[in-house]
Amino acid sequence: MSITVRFFASIRIKLGKSHDTIDCKGITTVTDVWERSARIPPPAHLLAAVNQEYASLGQAVRDGDEVAFFPPVTGGQE
Amino acid sequence: MKIQLLATAFDPWQEIVRYQSGQPHLEGKFGATTVFVGTLRDFNQGEAVRAMTLEHYAPMTEKHLERIVYEASSRWPIEDVLVVHRYGELSPNDPIVLVAVWSAHRDDAFQACRYVIDELKTRAPFWKQEAVGAGKRWVTPEG
Repeated sequence: MSITVRFFASIRIKLGKSHDTIDCKGITTVTDVWERSARIPPPAHLLAAVNQEYASLGQAVRDGDEVAFFPPVTGGQE
Repeated sequence: MKIQLLATAFDPWQEIVRYQSGQPHLEGKFGATTVFVGTLRDFNQGEAVRAMTLEHYAPMTEKHLERIVYEASSRWPIEDVLVVHRYGELSPNDPIVLVAVWSAHRDDAFQACRYVIDELKTRAPFWKQEAVGAGKRWVTPEG
């Protein structure tokens, strides 16, 4: 009964961890996952994904999900 | 169709030759090949760039690159697509990304290639951190 949490780039540095596992008891949304694991207010422009799909902070999560948090993406080339 | 994420430096021109030679289904079918190669500059936002680290979220990157290539092949009549993207430590002059599209006609090949690189930039989960001066900075989408 757990949710895997992953952090990337500047969010990973800020929190000092790249991943976490939390008990899903009492967790219903992406925001709940952030609050339980990060324990700081969400930064501006925070993006999230549930099971590798972009998700809003209000999206529902459930047992076994992988939830990721990261800043805006900057791939490719300018 | 092939999507490859590489931790080490690659030669995009060799990748194109190697890939095309392994695709007999292309023979006689394509009249146009368009290629985009993105390369790391030694300057950005007015500062000298010594190196860059490219971080990514591997399973999500693969999933979204596959989807973008599928979308391109649904929108334009293209024969094949090769995408190679680096991650890890890069030096100036290192290729970052290669998009090659094979099609019967040039217009479809140009448009599909442009679609893949533009969508990749906004949807694939990569993050750039540049080494500038004595420190490092995260690149923002506006950068």
